[in-house]
Amino acid sequence: MFESLTSRLGEVFDGLTRRGALSESDIKTALRDVRVALLEADVALPVVKEFIAGIETQATGQAVIKSVTPGQMVVKIVHDRLIEMLGAEVSEINLNAAPPVPILMVGLQGSGKTTTTAKLGKQLVEKHRRKVLMASLDVRRPAAQEQLRVLGDQVLVPTLDIVVGESPVKITERAMRKARQEGYDVVLLDTAGRLSIDDELMAEAAAVRDAAKPVETLLVADAMTGQDAVNTARAFHERIGLTGIALTRVDGDARGGAALSIRAVTGCPIKLLGVGENLDALEPFHPERIASRILGMGDVVSLVEKAAETVNRDDAEKLAARLQKGQFDLEDMLSQLQQLKKMGGLGGVMSLLPGVAKVKKQLAAHSVDDGLIKRQEAIIFSMTRGERLRPAIIKASRKKRIATGAGASVQEVNKLLKQFQQMQGMMKRMRKMGRKGALPPGMAGDLSALPPGLMPPR
Amino acid sequence: MSESDQRGGWLKRLRSGLQKSATRLSTGIGDIITKRKLDEQALSDIEELLITADLGVEVASRLTRNLAKSRFGKEVSDEEIRTAMADDIERILAPVTAPLIIEPDHRPHVILVVGVNGAGKTTTIGKLASRFRQQGYSVMLAAGDTFRAAAIEQLQIWGERTGCTVITRPAGTDPAAVAYAAIEQAKAAATDILLLDTAGRLHNKANLMAELQKIVRVMRKLDESAPHNCLLVLDATTGQNAHAQVDTFRELASITGLVVTKLDGSARGGIIVALAERFGVPIHAIGVGESEDDLRPFEPRDFARSLMGLNP
Ligand SMILES: Nc1nc2c(ncn2[C@@H]2O[C@H](COP(=O)(O)OP(=O)(O)OP(=O)(O)O)[C@@H](O)[C@H]2O)c(=O)[nH]1
Ligand SMILES: Nc1nc2c(ncn2[C@@H]2O[C@H](COP(=O)(O)OP(=O)(O)OP(=O)(O)O)[C@@H](O)[C@H]2O)c(=O)[nH]1
Ligand SMILES: [Mg+2]
Ligand SMILES: [Mg+2]
Repeated sequence: MFESLTSRLGEVFDGLTRRGALSESDIKTALRDVRVALLEADVALPVVKEFIAGIETQATGQAVIKSVTPGQMVVKIVHDRLIEMLGAEVSEINLNAAPPVPILMVGLQGSGKTTTTAKLGKQLVEKHRRKVLMASLDVRRPAAQEQLRVLGDQVLVPTLDIVVGESPVKITERAMRKARQEGYDVVLLDTAGRLSIDDELMAEAAAVRDAAKPVETLLVADAMTGQDAVNTARAFHERIGLTGIALTRVDGDARGGAALSIRAVTGCPIKLLGVGENLDALEPFHPERIASRILGMGDVVSLVEKAAETVNRDDAEKLAARLQKGQFDLEDMLSQLQQLKKMGGLGGVMSLLPGVAKVKKQLAAHSVDDGLIKRQEAIIFSMTRGERLRPAIIKASRKKRIATGAGASVQEVNKLLKQFQQMQGMMKRMRKMGRKGALPPGMAGDLSALPPGLMPPR
Repeated sequence: MSESDQRGGWLKRLRSGLQKSATRLSTGIGDIITKRKLDEQALSDIEELLITADLGVEVASRLTRNLAKSRFGKEVSDEEIRTAMADDIERILAPVTAPLIIEPDHRPHVILVVGVNGAGKTTTIGKLASRFRQQGYSVMLAAGDTFRAAAIEQLQIWGERTGCTVITRPAGTDPAAVAYAAIEQAKAAATDILLLDTAGRLHNKANLMAELQKIVRVMRKLDESAPHNCLLVLDATTGQNAHAQVDTFRELASITGLVVTKLDGSARGGIIVALAERFGVPIHAIGVGESEDDLRPFEPRDFARSLMGLNP
């Protein structure tokens, strides 16, 4: 379903990349296109506006940087922000509670609650080896309880006996009682579809929530949903309190902007994707994967290559030549840091490369971030030229002065100098191995191949 | 007393459903243009309000430009501007407004009901059956959804509620065979109307669309003119994907009209304005609730004015 959004955004970025250096008005044009693309993808208008505004401020600030086109900056920022908005990592169904763990499924009519309940039940039994009980609280729709019973039979997950005339709250209580008595791990509660503006039924759902005290309350929402996604999601979140989202019909060709909308207004992670009518068509939500699908990774990768090309070639060649001679001083380190920054910072470079989520997380865990690059830069700026060319002369008093000038601590200066030494050492080793170039190749896949200056100190 | 009467009638409910958005609309426009000239900012805000109703960027911007042509720079009141916009929307919708006509020479008049999953097909069949029965027709239902769990039982309950015979075959039976048997039986009983339910199918699934075509092929063995209507049921909550739905179902299943469901919710269904412009497919009725009398004729004026937060 995300394919069409991908291709639409792809077109926008193609235009950007082919045009080369862009003016600020080009950024505005680009963002206008992005805005239309997102709206055509059914991202809700308030979410689009917030998104665009965030990008605009970031982009205008950064557009002055040489050798990175504004278009690339926009791509990087749009991409980063899409991931950020979709959620930083995979979020699993939370089963961390004393059994029986109640999970409540809510949503609009026909969104896929009953089907998703059965799919989830099947998955919890087969993959997580839990003992699962399913109960339908839908006393309204014709044959709704029967539907869940049939599905339960199909996936071999027991369902609560149907008692005609029982209220949803009573069914909930009976389900929880049975689960406690018979040692079930998880109770899946499927509810009737309801409109977010139907006070009576929203109150009923709240009563069920109070009776069940669910560990997870999942909003089941259709990926084809339009602008109303924000209203519905907000209302369900306010009235019932959501913990996660299940997005259904992802096997369709809708652009899926609702995912972004719902995520943005509830702040809840998208935990499940329904990708078909069959009962094993349930997948975890990988925000990075989905964001990449939205953006089109092929385009982005080519953009990174282009971004790498725009890194000042003279600097790179000069540095390579110096490295060949075994020379590497703090000015070289500074120019490396600056090249990295031009490419959108470490985070930017990293997130633009495919399959780097892990590395990025690793880096985050070691608190290596763009802020670090800036601080290191400041420390080097605070040195005299002599100090940069001959770091050996930097002793205690100089360190103090440098630290004060950079607004850093002496420890930070020490850390930088230590990293410089490591970097120098590695450059020498690289020379011995006959490799050259400003940026070691393959830095995306392997943390140890990063310039040591960016390696977390042990 | 029916459910809709209890809650004060569909129109009131439709309006109260739109209440929040209507208030938002009127406040939005009111803030900007009351006792003021219609300027760029005001126009862009109006355009955005249309976008939030799912009219789509293109249609919203075109309608806004039209509005600007006649009134830009003029002093306009809140009421005037909303009325003008509602009139434009009504003009787009009027040509696609068409009641569902039952032709007496077909016996049965076969109505095939199709659409994506969960749109409201089965419920709409129940509502249509109820209406036709009230109009004195004899009606038969056919449980053509042999795939989804308890879909047959669901239709059977609608049969009981509306007093219609339901033709069923066991789950898993080829739906084309159900259609064939149903037409045969309806012919034998000289039934006026046969409503055929089908399983939900996403329009991008070629095999499922082919299944639908097979249903039509097989039913034509018994009646070359069947189906006499092919209704696409469209959920009003749907966004821009409705374009692809209508486009594909129109091409592969020759749909003859739309029923738009769930207009009692907070979704405003503005997508049908865009669909009307692009495809011109007739809109036969709207669904405004889950019970049997929650089906209404489509009234373009009411719809347009509700969309703009005006009293019908
Ligand atoms: N293609 C596709 N169909 C789905 C998916 N999830 C559910 N469906 C279908 O959507 C339709 C409605 O699903 P249900 O599970 O009955 O929806 P519900 O939310 O329980 O509906 P109500 O109880 O009436 O509110 C059925 O035809 C399902 O087979 C999905 O991920 N992909
Ligand atoms: N509020 C509201 N709910 C509706 C309306 N029409 C249908 N529904 C509900 O939407 C849900 C799905 O309706 P169905 O008639 O089962 O939909 P379907 O298209 O037959 O679904 P599948 O056969 O599973 O593809 C049910 O809970 C209905 O009660 C409507 O106009 N308003
Ligand atoms: Mg259900
Ligand atoms: Mg159905």
